[in-house]
Amino acid sequence: MTLHSTEFSQKIHDPDQPLLKVDGLTKRYGPRIGCADVSFDLYPGEVLGIVGESGSGKSTLLSCLAGHQRADLGRISYDGRDVLGMSETERRRLSRTDWAYVHQNPRDGLRMGVSAGGNVGERLMAVGARHYGDIRGKAVDWLGRVEIAADRIDDRPTAFSGGMQQRLQIARNLVTGPRLVFMDEPTGGLDVSVQARLLDLLRGLVRDLGLSVIIVTHDLAVVRLLAHRLMVMRSGRVVEQGLTDQVLDDPQHAYTQLLVSSVLQV
Amino acid sequence: MIRIENLAKSFTLHNQGGAVIPVMAGAALAVGPGECVGLTGQSGAGKSTLMRMVYGNYLAAGGRLMVGALDVATAEPRDIIALRRRTLGYVSQFLRVVPRVPTLDVVAEPLLALGSPVDAARDRAASLLKRLNIPERLWSLSPTTFSGGEQQRVNIARGFAHAYPALLLDEPTASLDAANREVVLTLIEEAKARGAAILGIFHDEAARARVCDRLVDVTGFTPGLAA
Amino acid sequence: MTDQAYNFAYLDEQTKRMIRRAILKAIAVPGYQVPFASREMPMPYGWGTGGVQVTAACLVPEDRLKVIDQGADDTTNAVSIRRFFQRTAGVAVTEVTAEATVIQTRHRIPETPLTEGQILVYQVPIPEPLRFLEPRETETRKMHALEEYGLMHVKLYEDIARHGQIATSYAYPVKVEGRYVMDPSPIPKFDNPKLSGNPAIQLFGAGREQRIHALPPWTKAVSLDFDDHPFQTSKAPHDCDLCGARDSYLDEVITDDAGGRMFVCSDTDFCAGRRAKGHVGRLGEAT
Repeated sequence: MTLHSTEFSQKIHDPDQPLLKVDGLTKRYGPRIGCADVSFDLYPGEVLGIVGESGSGKSTLLSCLAGHQRADLGRISYDGRDVLGMSETERRRLSRTDWAYVHQNPRDGLRMGVSAGGNVGERLMAVGARHYGDIRGKAVDWLGRVEIAADRIDDRPTAFSGGMQQRLQIARNLVTGPRLVFMDEPTGGLDVSVQARLLDLLRGLVRDLGLSVIIVTHDLAVVRLLAHRLMVMRSGRVVEQGLTDQVLDDPQHAYTQLLVSSVLQV
Repeated sequence: MIRIENLAKSFTLHNQGGAVIPVMAGAALAVGPGECVGLTGQSGAGKSTLMRMVYGNYLAAGGRLMVGALDVATAEPRDIIALRRRTLGYVSQFLRVVPRVPTLDVVAEPLLALGSPVDAARDRAASLLKRLNIPERLWSLSPTTFSGGEQQRVNIARGFAHAYPALLLDEPTASLDAANREVVLTLIEEAKARGAAILGIFHDEAARARVCDRLVDVTGFTPGLAA
Repeated sequence: MTDQAYNFAYLDEQTKRMIRRAILKAIAVPGYQVPFASREMPMPYGWGTGGVQVTAACLVPEDRLKVIDQGADDTTNAVSIRRFFQRTAGVAVTEVTAEATVIQTRHRIPETPLTEGQILVYQVPIPEPLRFLEPRETETRKMHALEEYGLMHVKLYEDIARHGQIATSYAYPVKVEGRYVMDPSPIPKFDNPKLSGNPAIQLFGAGREQRIHALPPWTKAVSLDFDDHPFQTSKAPHDCDLCGARDSYLDEVITDDAGGRMFVCSDTDFCAGRRAKGHVGRLGEAT
């Protein structure tokens, strides 16, 4: 397969250097604040959860980080490169190779008219893969990793259940070996039992591939199981951050205390 | 290995008029390698709170809390994560796992997180589960459906999977029958023998007498109770 | 009203300039789709309104025009467009490829090799090769600008996954000079090799979609493929039943209701030329 090494920048990153550095990130919608003065470092292999209720700015933050929206102020540095100063070509290349974005609704992240194999192969072809057999081989491998049977490779996602679609979306995103994955409520529309399976899958992938993940959700149970660190947002600002279990078990900020105490116990 | 100096803790209840409840002040203790220290004191005196603070689960309000070379009271989350992965194990009273994950993998996970090969991690998990008398037919099932005693033993197996240099044990023998209690106490003795520093809460007096080298009464650290 | 009130070749002067500017830009940036303000033509969309505007903008009184529809000079579409320009431009017309200076075509490239100085004008229904996979125009433009063409291979991948081979047999996408991916209009992929390195100017006009793109002479156009599924041309495995040609693109003609059929050159001028030279096929008669 003719893949240039620069396109798959799988260089070994110093684990003691942040992969992503965010500094004073601010996005306004006119007078309204989308998110304000958000700063954090994300290290290789780390999963950062962002929680908050609807309108807290967590989704705005995620889309600014992923480059879907332009931040007004602040700095984002990925692997030492200035993300906001990048050309669109560079940024889109990054988001096809080194980054991944898992949408809440798999329909937003999949091509519904293209077979499962084509969906997984797209990112490979986008970075220059031109050998059908190799592309298909990789697609089979990735379908297997997300527990989709190889004989479904030529089926379209429309024939898949919601959980399968979400797993397909993950395979499609991870096939180029990204190092940073953005997830927007990845377990959102799924049945509880399907959610559990997906969480287990994600945990395994994070551990085995050393992924750095930023996951936005309103589900505190999901972040407890998945995230190493947690950021709590309210009205566009980060009100508290720290170790996930520490923030959930010993919340310091009034809003976090309210959020944690509002969760129904099962 | 574990050294606590002048540790303080209070809870601020913002949603109840901002009430500040001091729960600990001037706490101090030390646990050396190969040593097991038991925390005593009546219920509510702060034994679990202290354990949770050592684990980084509760934030310290002041003082020093050294585990190895790291001051957990002021450490960055990422350093605490690394500490928990390599150095500091914790057997809590509750099992918290992803539903539907097989018991064998739940127990093997701490080893996998350290980069151990899957087969080796599963072998180690299997031998622990066997020692703790979890029937092999249950290994492929999720422990979320197990009885309290079984869950407790899975939790212990998980906590002992990796040879942590420091261990926190919160009632490890509660709700266990005599045979399993014996296995757990033996595991603790083995851990001590290999040099682990252990801080534990044991309500079971016989167990306490058998494994603890020293006892520390936390009542002395509790404001209001101290006098 | 006098004849002076009418401009040469139907289009008013300003429209003609506008289209010529678009053509020049298209030639300057091979394979790039240049937007232009397509006018209403006295024929319905789908009948070659784009091609007619490009032809009208190119024609000079000295030109000799040939019009083909799927290779044939004598079909309704070809005849009516040819008459249209005879009437509005008064140019000479021909059916002989080698004699024409401007050739307007629908879905074929003539078999007779083109030469320098000739202009081949294609009628194009949908100029955007990415359209069927990416419906958003804003997005396809960005993909062209940033050379993000992975999607084209997704389409070919789907072909192979479904049919065991690249089943796309017409409108087969090409990459122009290593830069823009272009839809060559619905010519059979048999004609794709002729796109590349052609001495003639090739202009593509899409009337409804308001786009013009071009291949200047001697431009490289590479048909997309996979390493293990290389591009292959295809044609019916027969010889022409009229002229016996073995290497021309064939139409299948059903001759009766008892399964009778014949294969004939789709390029009528090419076929007639061969027969005039005495070549005879299975069902042909010597002329």
